[in-house]
Amino acid sequence: MAAVQDGGSEPEGEKEPQPELPSDGSSAPAATPASKPEEQQQQQQQTLLAVLQFLKRNKLIESVDALRREAGLADEPDEAPGSEAGGGVGGAAAGSADSADASALLSRVAGAAQSGAASAPCNISFSSIVLFIVLSVGGEDQPDVSVVLSAYSQQGDPSLYQVYYSGLKKFIESVLDCHRAELSQLFYPLFVHMYLELVYNNHESEAKAFFEKFSGDQECYYQDDLRVLSGLTKKEHMKGNETLLDFRTSKFVLRISRDSYQLLKRHLQERQNNQIWNIIQEHLYIDIFDGMPRSKSQIDSMSGSLAGEARREANKAKVFYGLLKEPEIEVPLDDEDEEAENEEGKPKKKKPKKDSMGSKSKKQDPNAPQQNRIPLPELKDSDKLDKIMYMKEATKRIRLGPETLPSICFYTFLNVYQGLTAVDFTDDSSLIAGGFADSTVRVWSVTPKKLRKVKSAADLSLIDKESDDVLERIMDEKTASESKILYGHSGPVYGVSFSPDRNYLLSSSEDGTVRLWSLQTFTCLVAYKGHNYPVWDTQFSPYGYYFVSGGHDRVARLWATDHYQPLRMFAGHLGDITCTRFHPNSNYVATGSADRTIRLWDVLNGHCVRVFTGHKGPIHSLAFSPNGKYLASGSTDGRVLLWDLGHGLMIGELKGHTDTVYALKFSRDGEILASGSMDNTVRLWDAFKAFDDVETDDFTAATGHIHLPDNSQELLLGTYLTKATPVIHLHFTRRNLLLAAGSYNSQ
Amino acid sequence: MAEERRQKQCSVVLPTESMKAMAESVGVGQLQEDSCVALSEEVSYRIKEIAQDALKFMHHGKRRKLTTSDIDHALKLKNVEPLYGFQSQEFIPFRFASGGGRELHFYEEKEVDLSDIINTPLPRVPLDVSLKATKEQQKKESTEPLKAVKPGQEEEGSIQAKGQSATSAEVKGKEKLRMKPRSTHELSVEQQLYYKEITEACVGSCEAKRAEALQSIATDPGLYQMLPRFSTFISEGVRVNVVQNNLALLIYLMRMVKALMDNPTLYLEKYLHELLPAVVTCIVSKQLCLRPDVDNHWALRDFAARLMAQSCKTFSTTTNNIQSRITKTFTKAWLDDKTQWTTRYGCIAGLSELGADVIKTLIIPRLAVEGARIKAVMEGPVVSNIDKIGADHVQSLLLKHCASVVAKMRPAPDVMEQYRADFGYLGPMLCSHVVKARAQAALQAQTVNRTTLTITQPRPSLSVSQSGGVGGSGGPRTPSIIKVPSSLTLMSTRPATPTQPSPPATKYIVMATSAGAASTQQVITLSSSQSGSPVTSTVPSGSTSLQPLVKLESGGGTVAGSRPLQKYIVVSLPSSSSSSSSLEHKGGTTATSPVTIETSVKSERSESPATHTHSPH
Repeated sequence: MAAVQDGGSEPEGEKEPQPELPSDGSSAPAATPASKPEEQQQQQQQTLLAVLQFLKRNKLIESVDALRREAGLADEPDEAPGSEAGGGVGGAAAGSADSADASALLSRVAGAAQSGAASAPCNISFSSIVLFIVLSVGGEDQPDVSVVLSAYSQQGDPSLYQVYYSGLKKFIESVLDCHRAELSQLFYPLFVHMYLELVYNNHESEAKAFFEKFSGDQECYYQDDLRVLSGLTKKEHMKGNETLLDFRTSKFVLRISRDSYQLLKRHLQERQNNQIWNIIQEHLYIDIFDGMPRSKSQIDSMSGSLAGEARREANKAKVFYGLLKEPEIEVPLDDEDEEAENEEGKPKKKKPKKDSMGSKSKKQDPNAPQQNRIPLPELKDSDKLDKIMYMKEATKRIRLGPETLPSICFYTFLNVYQGLTAVDFTDDSSLIAGGFADSTVRVWSVTPKKLRKVKSAADLSLIDKESDDVLERIMDEKTASESKILYGHSGPVYGVSFSPDRNYLLSSSEDGTVRLWSLQTFTCLVAYKGHNYPVWDTQFSPYGYYFVSGGHDRVARLWATDHYQPLRMFAGHLGDITCTRFHPNSNYVATGSADRTIRLWDVLNGHCVRVFTGHKGPIHSLAFSPNGKYLASGSTDGRVLLWDLGHGLMIGELKGHTDTVYALKFSRDGEILASGSMDNTVRLWDAFKAFDDVETDDFTAATGHIHLPDNSQELLLGTYLTKATPVIHLHFTRRNLLLAAGSYNSQ
Repeated sequence: MAEERRQKQCSVVLPTESMKAMAESVGVGQLQEDSCVALSEEVSYRIKEIAQDALKFMHHGKRRKLTTSDIDHALKLKNVEPLYGFQSQEFIPFRFASGGGRELHFYEEKEVDLSDIINTPLPRVPLDVSLKATKEQQKKESTEPLKAVKPGQEEEGSIQAKGQSATSAEVKGKEKLRMKPRSTHELSVEQQLYYKEITEACVGSCEAKRAEALQSIATDPGLYQMLPRFSTFISEGVRVNVVQNNLALLIYLMRMVKALMDNPTLYLEKYLHELLPAVVTCIVSKQLCLRPDVDNHWALRDFAARLMAQSCKTFSTTTNNIQSRITKTFTKAWLDDKTQWTTRYGCIAGLSELGADVIKTLIIPRLAVEGARIKAVMEGPVVSNIDKIGADHVQSLLLKHCASVVAKMRPAPDVMEQYRADFGYLGPMLCSHVVKARAQAALQAQTVNRTTLTITQPRPSLSVSQSGGVGGSGGPRTPSIIKVPSSLTLMSTRPATPTQPSPPATKYIVMATSAGAASTQQVITLSSSQSGSPVTSTVPSGSTSLQPLVKLESGGGTVAGSRPLQKYIVVSLPSSSSSSSSLEHKGGTTATSPVTIETSVKSERSESPATHTHSPH
């Protein structure tokens, strides 16, 4: 049981469970037995029984057998004490979150076995087995609620909760201004935990009174969570409430300066206010830093997420945000197809081209990952052709800026009766795909070239395969039409994405599947099943082959088109994953979530390398800058935030939209950021200036304390209203014409 | 506020009665109160939970409205069988019945006649999804088809948008907001009212209102938002009224054009494509009125020609070449043999207004040809009366415009025979006109010195009255006043007259033409005695006393019979202190407000209908 909880909080462990066994086994002899052999024997046996009991309960027959074989035990009858011990293990271990370390777990196991002595070698191996097994099964399970909640069982006098809270409130309001802002961060987590304690201990009326008295004091951006909380008035409700579990399983992170913390500590100790102190100790993670306390605006800009701010160390990992090397290719300006050597995919060409701020030289970017860090598909002949087309288009590209804004072409979907849920354009802007609430996916050709299917197998066999125009001949002229409908999903389609080579289309749906469609035959090729809950978004890698998906199950998955199971699972978000984006170099994946955080994951090892907090609502759109250095994100609160991936910092805030930002896109050279929103506007922002103004000195980078300039109005270059069409997708053509799409909403 | 709402959220639970009702509907009677309370709390909580999940689906569906399918999907998330169909027509499906001391809730399930359903006509097939692209060059987007925009109009969007952003309350002025042109066509309610009032007044029957409306158009700043509508109004109005031969309305519309041109805050450049065709129509249209033989459409042509000349002067650039294009149009129409006299007149008027150079190069060389044509009509077999009138007007027009030019071109001794040789049929008449023009020039040189005849009012009003079709059936049918730019009028009439306002503004001239008077800009000749003593001495108010002021003179007695009489009402204000009080009052008002001058002029005119109707014709 203890391990179950670990499975929830440290899902990375399940990726590579195998190494743990041998390593733990080898380290086992290092431990020194400190008690008598008989006692040891008994302990071992008890522990073993506990483990077996647990395994049985979880119906892991094979594991039971394996364990027995390893332990050299014959079929032994289950014993009651053993099962009790097993329960004890779980209960004792529940308090600790940091139990990846096998020996720590071990000591607790031993403690539960009522020995008090140091652990035996055998135990180590057993407990690590438990850990391994449980991890491997626990991934899909919810953490056991009762364990999680049991932490609330200790209680003070319920009637005093209001006194405690208002006492603290008075104290915080009386301290110096510089400390007040920092200490005010405590209000919300304390409020929630105290409320939950009251509810858990069946003090319903006190809980209600407590909520009514203090809920108004909380920051307005917590209102959504408070609404959830307000409905929760009984202990029974707490089971299965995800928001609550999130709050419990992850410690709320606060960042407080040392001075402020000392002040708080002194106050609580003086007052003997153990209730609050306990909560702070157990449920909060206070990240103490040395130096000046932060100001209110600094705190506000970073707070808002479900679990507080990101821990500082969470953003310390190195991110190779640079672009991959441009392949050495001489592009002829005529139509001649040069057989240059390309080991990279076609978008590779485009990305360095887009890079306006970085160097255009062919040198390897020092911040770029190694070329083969992630194996990428090889370039096909058709890709080369497309790349040449791309280069030609790129030469005709308009250089955008504040003076030369892009023209906008709006594609309006008519007669959809509010049923349009997702849109995507191909990179060359020749096709548009729309996902609809009626489970269909429709593909339109927006060029005179019509969509044609490949002929049937019988007809194909008649074709002369040696002829020059064989690619033309395989197409069935009779099927030519401007649009095609793809049927297959059984729920609204929430995400669509074209492959870079325009041969495939991905769609993700409420039915829990991601489907891969062929745009040659207009049929479904694969249904990737893995998410059991609605899949909110999916996107192809810029080099094709890989794709990422994320949904209600809070896990983002990385897939390869030729594998029916995911290659990586990115777990860590506390809310639905609402949008997923690939980094231009394909080595990273960004996910936005309903827990109001953005995470950046390393595709290579599945680690979370960045956690960005600051949004006050679920994130619904993400966009990487073409040079890979920056990330823009938009959320339901109508704000767009800009992030520096290298330093892991928020560097800008664009205010202007009045409703959810559903679409974000950088222009091809990264000068302009376009945002489209539910409020029927497209807005253009001066991205170049936004990034230029940022001062990222060492101090800021080290502490993560940012000063955001409030210059949204200066950065806003234009606002363009539609009549009644929410903007749900934006796309810059290769020549920097802005395409927007949305469905006309007549009401 | 938010706090209140939150508190509410906390406490809202379904009433226990509902629990009871629902329990009964599934056959559970006698539910205990405690159970009901527990149930209602539980149900309320679950409903809230489901609603919160359903919101997620709404957000991902990119909608603002929660739909029943969102609820279904949320139920599915919880592993609950979704509800199929929300068909209930009634608000609450339960029916309540009480009797025998108990309350009862039940579902009312009606029997449905299948044949009814089968026989009902099929609903319309919903339209299939379609994709539409709307593109706006440089920064525009719209879901509705944009008005076709001429290439020249593109910048207009941004100009107007700037203004718009300043007024739009939502924008707060400093925000850099560029609207698309579509929205600039939208007017506020006040503007719509204003627009309605103005356009109605401009084409309505009340002259006073019209004067005010025109005044407003000519002076109000901030009309740019309505400019496209005015422009369309005028062009459409001309189009319709030309077909209907509604002369009066055409005149009103031309006066609107004039007023728009006078407004210094308006940039008409972008709307010339609508306005100029309308003006040209009023110049050269074959027929502008119902009775071409009696109605004075010639005045309209003259007026429109002057407007055209003015717009050429103001707007012609090397890129749009308005002047040369217009000149070409006129010339082409004029040169055509089949062109009717009306159009011919318009072309000549249009050309001659463009200035002496145009007259010299285009009109004078053709005098002989035109003369022959006129002669053919005048002296030939009796053709239609209309042709005759037309030829007559053309002749006087030509003489009027050419005389001054010829007077400058040719040396002093005007020999009738030489003129005949040079200009054919028109030669002799031209000769006499030239002689007169020379005399006039000399006289004006005199008058200038004496400063007795000066124009003080910047915009003297020219009132064109159409004489009623039926002789004296109550005077002018649809009277109208055309404001004529003083400089233009006077320049063309008396080239020698100094146009700058004279030092002590003492006198002004009101000219009125009688019906059918084509050439209103005849040389004004006043004997010194007339302009001198009597005028200054007797200026009592009232209609009778006005008479002495009005100098009737049969204009241009040279061509007797064929030419109508013109009247010049010369109101001369004395500069000396002996002026009567009433006149001073009059003069004072006229100096300050053009509106009052118009009314005063009108009163004069209305007081002297007799003179109009009496005018020999």
